[in-house]
Parts: sequence; C-alpha cells; structure tokens
Amino acid sequence: MERSVVFAGFGGQGLLFTGQVLARAAIRDGLEVFWIPSYGPEMRGGTASCTVIVGDEPIGSPVVDEFDAAVVMNLPSLRKFAPLVAPGGLVIVNSSLLGDLGCGRSDVDEMRLPCTELAAQGGDDKLVSVVALGALVAHLGWVTRESIDSALREMAGRKRPEVVDADLGAFAAGLQAGAVGQAA
Amino acid sequence: METGRRARVLMKGNEAIAEAAIQAGCDAYFGYPITPQAELLEWMARRMPELGRVFVQAESELGAINMALGAAATGARVMVSSSSPGISLMAEAMSYMAGSGTPVVLVNVMRAGPGLGGIGPSQSDYFQATKGHGHGDYRVPVLAPDSIGEAMDLMATAFELAERYRTPVMLVADGILGQAMEPVELRFRTPERQAFDWALTGAAGRPARIIKSIDLDPEVLERRNLALQHKYREIARHETRWEGWRLGDAEFAIVAYGTAARVARSAIARARDNGMKVGLFRPITLWPFPERELARMSRQLHGILTVELSSGQMIEDVRLAVEGRCPVAFHGRMGGLVPTPDEVLGALKALRGRVERTRAASGHSPAAHDRGTPSTNGAGLDAGARPGGRG
Repeated sequence: MERSVVFAGFGGQGLLFTGQVLARAAIRDGLEVFWIPSYGPEMRGGTASCTVIVGDEPIGSPVVDEFDAAVVMNLPSLRKFAPLVAPGGLVIVNSSLLGDLGCGRSDVDEMRLPCTELAAQGGDDKLVSVVALGALVAHLGWVTRESIDSALREMAGRKRPEVVDADLGAFAAGLQAGAVGQAA
Repeated sequence: METGRRARVLMKGNEAIAEAAIQAGCDAYFGYPITPQAELLEWMARRMPELGRVFVQAESELGAINMALGAAATGARVMVSSSSPGISLMAEAMSYMAGSGTPVVLVNVMRAGPGLGGIGPSQSDYFQATKGHGHGDYRVPVLAPDSIGEAMDLMATAFELAERYRTPVMLVADGILGQAMEPVELRFRTPERQAFDWALTGAAGRPARIIKSIDLDPEVLERRNLALQHKYREIARHETRWEGWRLGDAEFAIVAYGTAARVARSAIARARDNGMKVGLFRPITLWPFPERELARMSRQLHGILTVELSSGQMIEDVRLAVEGRCPVAFHGRMGGLVPTPDEVLGALKALRGRVERTRAASGHSPAAHDRGTPSTNGAGLDAGARPGGRG
C-alpha cells in the first residue's frame, strides 16, 4: 500500500531536507519510497514543498490524487494543501506561525504543533520541520524512530555535525508531542 | 530490512544519470545549464575533474554539442545533456553526427514547450526525439526509462548502442525523473571498449581517416544513405525494447512511457480493483518503436488508451502499429502538468463505455473476446476520447 505526505511551507524551513530524512528512513526500513520537490525559481522566503510517497511495492505514480498527510508550515501551504488531504488523513499545522488558524475540516485529524517552541526545546528553534516529522512518525508510524535517528545522523552529520544533537532533539520533541496529540 | 537485498541509496535522477554515465566510462562531458537538468551538469562539474576527465561548460548549447561532435570523432566516449529548448539548439549537430557516424549520447530532461515554455515535466519532445531534430534521412535510437534505476542501467546501454552502430543516441527523461529521488542500487555497467577503425587518433604510420557528412556526388551520397538505412533496419531488428505488465488476460491496455507509465501503473491497479482487465504496454525504445509487439498485442485487446504528458504524439506510432484492430484513445496533460491516476482511470472507463456501446450497437456482445477482429469504429472513438485534442 502507498502512503503519501506533503511537506510545505517557506523555503528555509527545512522542508526538502525533512522529506529526504523520511525517505532515507523508509529505505532503512526496507520500504520503497519516492521523493519529489516542487522545483522552480524559488528562494528563501518563497514557497517550497516536497512530496514523499512510501510503499511496500515499487512506487507507481509520482503524483497523487489525495495526500494521506500534509505538514503545513505557513498560510499559503495551509490553504493549498489542507484541502487535498484524503478524508481520515492527517494535517499537521505549525501553530507557531499560524496561531489559531486551522484547516476547518472535520473529516481529517488536525494536529496543531507550536513547532518553533518545540524545536527550541530540542536545541535549535529553526528545526521546525523536523519537529513536524516527529509528530508525523508518532501519529502514523510509517517508519521506525530508529531509522529517522539514523537518517538524521547521516544527513545532518555530513554537512553540519554540530547540529545533529539539535536535530535529534527536535525530532524527539515532535515525537513526544505527536504521541500526546494521539492520546488526546 | 536489507537482508537478501543489495544496499540501496537515495539518489536524485539527474545525479544518478550523471554518475551512471561516469561509471559507464564517459571520457568527456559538454553542457550548458538549464532547468530541470542542471544537477546533471553540476554533478559532472564536480566529478569529472576529480577523475581527470573532461568537463566543459560551453558558451552555449551549440558550443557544447559541436565540442561533443569533435571529441567523439577521436573515439572518446562522449556525452551532452540539456532540456527541451537546449536540445532544439543542438538539432543541427545531431544531423551531422548521424551523417558522419559519430557516437554521442544525449540526455534530454524534457520540460514543457513550445518555445521557452515552462520548467515543469513534459513529454512533448516525442516528435522531436523520434522523428525530428535535424535535417536529412536519419534516425536516432531513443531510450525512455520510467525510473531512476532504469535510467542508470540505460546510460550504459546508450553508450553501447552509440558505439556499436556509430550513431548519436538519446535518453529522454522528464522534469520529474530528473528532480525526484528514489532508492537505487549502486550497480553500474561499463561497456567494453571497442577498437575503432574510424576514429581520428593521429595518422602517423597509417592511412589518413576522414570523418565527414558531405558528399557532393549524388551516387556516392545515395550509397551512404542506403548504408545508413541498412544500419537503422539492423537497430530496429536487434535493439527494440519494451516491457509488458499485467497484459496476460488484458482486454484493455495503456500504452505509456516514462513518468506517464508510472501514473498508468497506479491507474491500472485501481482499474483491476474495479474488475477491469487492463495491462500496461511500455515502450522503452521510442525509436525503434516496438510496433510488431504492439500489433501482436492489439489482436487480443478491445481498446487501447495512450497516456502522455503531451497533446498526443506517441499515439501516432501506436495507431500505425495497431492499424485499426482496436480503438485507440488518448489522455494527456500539457504545460508541465501530470495526469493523476484517477484521471487516467476515468479515461479508461470512458474508453470501455464507448467500446461497449459501439459493440452493442453493432451486435457484438460486450463481453465477447473478439480476438483478431478489427474494429471499424476506431477512428470515431479516438476523437471522442481525446480531451482537448491537438487543436
């Protein structure tokens, strides 16, 4: 079965990186995966998104009719992607930027996360998308926590070893918040 | 877990294609940046000098392709890459390569046209790749992978074909295959080096060799053309590639290549869940087109849906192969958009509905399996099932 998630927000929020972390974790868990960015003349502060499709069989279509989950980090992303989530799906809303705004749908699970504050708890308030990934994994369990940890060490460690701990901290904070959100 | 499986790594399409070319023994790369293939050039810019090989970012696409022509004339393993508008600029040199028999591999990561168009994924260069580019009676083998792993395999094939037949060879991807990341096995193939008796390696101690496309004597030029056509028949006989998926019991088939074939697979899985017997016929070589194989397949089919990221270009080759044995419908998107599986499923259902109505009207049982019976209503069905057809 294929599951899809879109990570969307501003360029610079780490969305493409976070999607790749999920993709590498999926490979480590023996799954098939496809990562596709929105590409184009985009820049820091502009919009950025990527889609990750995870499955047990080789991934078919690189475009999906509906997403199983959406991580929306800013207002344009909320407006664009929340309506594209399948009924019964999950919308993770970055309440640090969006305040009380939500997707206004009763047929999906909406998880509101103060990503900036949670990322700060982990050690670096910029790692907002990694927080959201933690909540996503806690809620949906597509990949194992260990594989995300390993992917974060591999990817963050390669370029900026000094931020690995903060990445792991942000992921753990998101994981915990997601688990609480699920129980509630 | 990874047991019983080769280690897989996540690679971006453009970078995987570049690395596969390097591992296939590419000696020299010439290019000019353009979205959505820029990462291919960037990878080459970093890796080729590391290996002591040639990388040139030329002053333009014309510069790049003509440098490639010159380098290939020396027997080097040579590659260029670009995206649609850049390939148009390279068209003249491709004709010269075909005429002079210089083996060069070209990669086109297609974007939407015409003109500068946009940067979204597209397959609107099918005509250009299979029938077009430069002037003159020539053909170019065209390879069309539908995954990053297959693109890597086909890069080695591209160099093999280029050298075996002394011809330019094109590999076509699209913006999605170029920009996406997928798990791939780092399994590379390096085609064996052949001893070329034509390469310009310095004539000391041997008769001079000449590589040219000009022959002002019509008799001589016709003989050369006849030799070229013989070569193209050999390529068609030995190098046609395609893949079938779930065709065994199929009553309908989607014909699609590259990214469109992946969308088709998802649509076929859904159609099967709905009880429709559908399979996929995927050309891997766009030229030579697998016409004989598709013709044979069409005898068992009630209808064919061609899916492309274009207004419908390959469909002309599909129709030529099918020769009216069953209706051929079309679904496609343009401008950088990609049809979704549900869209394709809708087109499949529409095709089935039309086939059933036509058969009912002409006294056929819709369930009957009319093997080998040509449909006389194909043309009418075509037009109807073609949203926004070529205007």
